[in-house]
Amino acid sequence: MSIEIINLSFIYMPGTPYEKVALKNINIKIKYGDFIGLIGHTGSGKSTLAQHLNGLLKPSQGSIKIDGTDLWQKKHPSREACRKVGLVFQYPEHQLFAETVFEDVAFGPRNLKIPEKRIPDLVKLSLEQVGLDYEEFKDRSPFALSGGQKRRVAIAGVLAMQPEVLVLDEPTAGLDPAGRKEIIKLIKEFYKSGKTVIWISHNMDEIARMANRLIVMYRGTVFMDGSPQEVFSREEELKKIGLDIPAAASLVRKLKELGKPVPGKAITVDEAYREIAGWKEGKVK
Amino acid sequence: MIKNITIGQYYPVKSPIHDLDPRTKITCVFLFIVALFFAHDYFSYGLALVASLLMIFVSRVPMKALLRGLKPILIFVVITAFLHAFLTPGVEIWRWKMLKVTQEGLNQAIFTACRLILLIAVSSLLTLTTTPISLTDGMEKILAPFKKIGLPAHELAMMMTIALRFIPTLLEETDKIMKAQISRGADFSSGNLIKKSKALVPLLVPLFISAFKRAEELALAMEARGYHGGEGRTRMRVLKMQPADWVSFGLVLVFLTYMGYYRWFK
Repeated sequence: MSIEIINLSFIYMPGTPYEKVALKNINIKIKYGDFIGLIGHTGSGKSTLAQHLNGLLKPSQGSIKIDGTDLWQKKHPSREACRKVGLVFQYPEHQLFAETVFEDVAFGPRNLKIPEKRIPDLVKLSLEQVGLDYEEFKDRSPFALSGGQKRRVAIAGVLAMQPEVLVLDEPTAGLDPAGRKEIIKLIKEFYKSGKTVIWISHNMDEIARMANRLIVMYRGTVFMDGSPQEVFSREEELKKIGLDIPAAASLVRKLKELGKPVPGKAITVDEAYREIAGWKEGKVK
Repeated sequence: MIKNITIGQYYPVKSPIHDLDPRTKITCVFLFIVALFFAHDYFSYGLALVASLLMIFVSRVPMKALLRGLKPILIFVVITAFLHAFLTPGVEIWRWKMLKVTQEGLNQAIFTACRLILLIAVSSLLTLTTTPISLTDGMEKILAPFKKIGLPAHELAMMMTIALRFIPTLLEETDKIMKAQISRGADFSSGNLIKKSKALVPLLVPLFISAFKRAEELALAMEARGYHGGEGRTRMRVLKMQPADWVSFGLVLVFLTYMGYYRWFK
């Protein structure tokens, strides 16, 4: 079970003076059960790539296969294949429209022609997945909620379609720390239930903690592809394309540079803590 | 998907026409259109056609970009031409049962089609070679004398600038929300009219909400920077007539005078 992106290229507005090559020759294979961090500068093609995964954009060249089915075999993308990939856009709360939270979350399943009988259960399940109480929220207006709650309702709207793969475009952007934490928690839960997550971000600290594979995009191409350790070990190259390494990694590397007895390999706060604690303990002994 | 709309959009190349003062361009287009209405026979229409082609050539806007803008009105032109061809009384040259084409009708059809096409081509040349900002700047300056009789020239220009400025933003927003709803299985393209209009609700509600929010934020941001209408406001780019402006103005005037002379005195 996997998503395969083969020789994908995409050009915006071909044949006009505004023509722009957004993606060039992308080859990526995504295994189910991975937590992928898709990172890159603004305009590097991350979001464009994400929109190819559920058939919103048609590749100018190349193809996308989901579980072996080519998305664009016919004129329209295969609906079966597309629904396996749930896409959460940037600021998804901007897409809320219904009068009640229930109606909004039920929009997706209803479009999939899921029998009306099953819909309350699905809505309940997805609201719980995002940590909102069904009875308390279902009849409230989505516009009367807080920013973090709105976003969670919007994510529930995507989860209600029961995707195998969840693609999130900067899901924590513009939220307060509490809202951020909630979102990260719910995505972790979703991942732990055996699903696949593709997280688009330029927050390296968040990504380092969550992902087990990083794909770095630069000017429409895949610049790096590997484990977070591998990717963040190439600090110089990352800096050259305007990206940074996590603050925790920066800290332990600085310490190592200053000759302190730390391995300097940490990339998350927890790992850095362990390195520094180890060093301090060693000193005490 | 929705970004592909390019009718009359500014075409960014460098050319003498791009560099003209927007006031010159607006007035010239206006005068040219008046001159176009003086044309009444093959010679004068031919002259107008040559003049338009010359302008297009100087503007360096490719024919393709111009024709793309003409496409939507093509049906209108064809229908008008047909009506003229069949309904004008005169010497019959072709007949099929009730339908007949007259020599006068044929001429009328050609003239009308020619007039319409040139009209649209020349006015879209204005928007193709002038950025919306300088266009409204020019409009404001041209309308300024009418302030005395209570015309809110500055406010009108500001409204136009803002409206134009937000067309791409709104299109982008529409595109984004559309994609988000399609991701949730929404279908905007199939079904009958009632089904289709119902399908628009999930698109229009978020769009209106964000448009109102944006308007409020913009008003606030403008006031925070001390905006209080046109009174005593200076501009960053001061419009100034260059020799080239006077030359083009003169050329169009000559054209207009000759067309008028040819119409009535020859």
